[in-house]
Amino acid sequence: MEKQSKLSILLKGFIKENPVFVLVLGTCPTLAVTDSVSRALGMGIAAALVLICSNIVISALRKVIPDKVRIPSYIVIIAGFVTIIQMLMNAYLPDLFTALGTYLALIVVNCIILGRAEMFASKHTVLESALDGIGMGGGFTLALFCMGTVREILGSGSFLGFKIPFLQDYSIPFFTQAAGGFFVFGVLIAVVNKITKGKAISKKGFGCANCPSRTTCQENPENLDSAKEAK
Amino acid sequence: MDTLKALLVILMSSVLVNNYVLNKFLGICPFLGVSKKLDQAAGMGTAVTFVMLVATAVTWPIQTFVLDKLGLGYLQTIVFILVIATLVQFVEIILKKYIPALHKSLGVYLPLITTNCAVLGVTINNIKDGYNFLEAMVSSLGCGLGFLLAMVLFAGVRSRLDSANIPESFKGLPVTLAAASIVSMSFMGFAGVVDKLFA
Repeated sequence: MEKQSKLSILLKGFIKENPVFVLVLGTCPTLAVTDSVSRALGMGIAAALVLICSNIVISALRKVIPDKVRIPSYIVIIAGFVTIIQMLMNAYLPDLFTALGTYLALIVVNCIILGRAEMFASKHTVLESALDGIGMGGGFTLALFCMGTVREILGSGSFLGFKIPFLQDYSIPFFTQAAGGFFVFGVLIAVVNKITKGKAISKKGFGCANCPSRTTCQENPENLDSAKEAK
Repeated sequence: MDTLKALLVILMSSVLVNNYVLNKFLGICPFLGVSKKLDQAAGMGTAVTFVMLVATAVTWPIQTFVLDKLGLGYLQTIVFILVIATLVQFVEIILKKYIPALHKSLGVYLPLITTNCAVLGVTINNIKDGYNFLEAMVSSLGCGLGFLLAMVLFAGVRSRLDSANIPESFKGLPVTLAAASIVSMSFMGFAGVVDKLFA
């Protein structure tokens, strides 16, 4: 039984609670770096590493950090790991470091990481938090990989930089541009909606609970009633 | 004259060509979340512009006179996010005390901006692009105005979506993203305009 639940913690991030397509967290990097598969994978793995490390540290310190200053403490821990990743990438993968640019530093404000810290790591043991980090990070990487694959194949007619013979001549640059990013993301969410119809957990009380925009966000179910009254 | 021209180019290109939301994908959460009603979209946009200006005014000197001087450039991410978070709190307290009217209209949006990636993105990009203080301020003003423009335009587009007949699985976020794609496409038309305008 115990093992089962650990396995489900690990696996839920990939599809059922996929942070990008189901919970719609961390949209900025999802749109920004997915014009090619290599950038998408680099971003996904970097964010997953930060997520796993910060989950472990935050859950280990969960009894030490006072409740009142927990968010600033989480941000410092996350920012520390982001800086480590930046330095490592700059040293060993300088090309990817240049390609990702500012977006690497912006992992700090990626709501997936702070969200998991607040929703999961601050309430669970170190092992469970690590598994959750792997699952969620893996789900994030998977989502970015899907986006990157669609956009690179259609937009540049290549995959991971390798040219695809026929598509190469009929590439549609629209997909590598900003507008194409929004479009592909919208279509992929619609596809996931269709597949997981009724099975995926609702956003209610999960994705929104920790989002800093929840008080004014009109997508938040809690605000729907007041919005209707206002009408 | 040349300085003025350079500043104008920075301003116009950050508002129209390199729009933070539609071209660089920063600040997508508030863009999708707070754009259903025009007044809220405008309020959020104004608050973000304001915080971007204040944040740049504080982080630029810190980077130049403290981090660069002492060779602590690698602390940039940690220092900037903490400075912005503290700053937003300060601004909120000051507004509440001295300008209650402004606090009433912008106050609800301020806490959300702490983790808005557009603000952190602007401060980091200003350093990266090697702007001097004046250029950095103009660039953050432009980014803020661009964010405001995108929010207001998009609020208008979304009000049309309410009456549209949307396929079941596209309801909600997917159709919003498709609409954002079209708005973003219209901004692609500005590429090249600014360079030609001031050439």
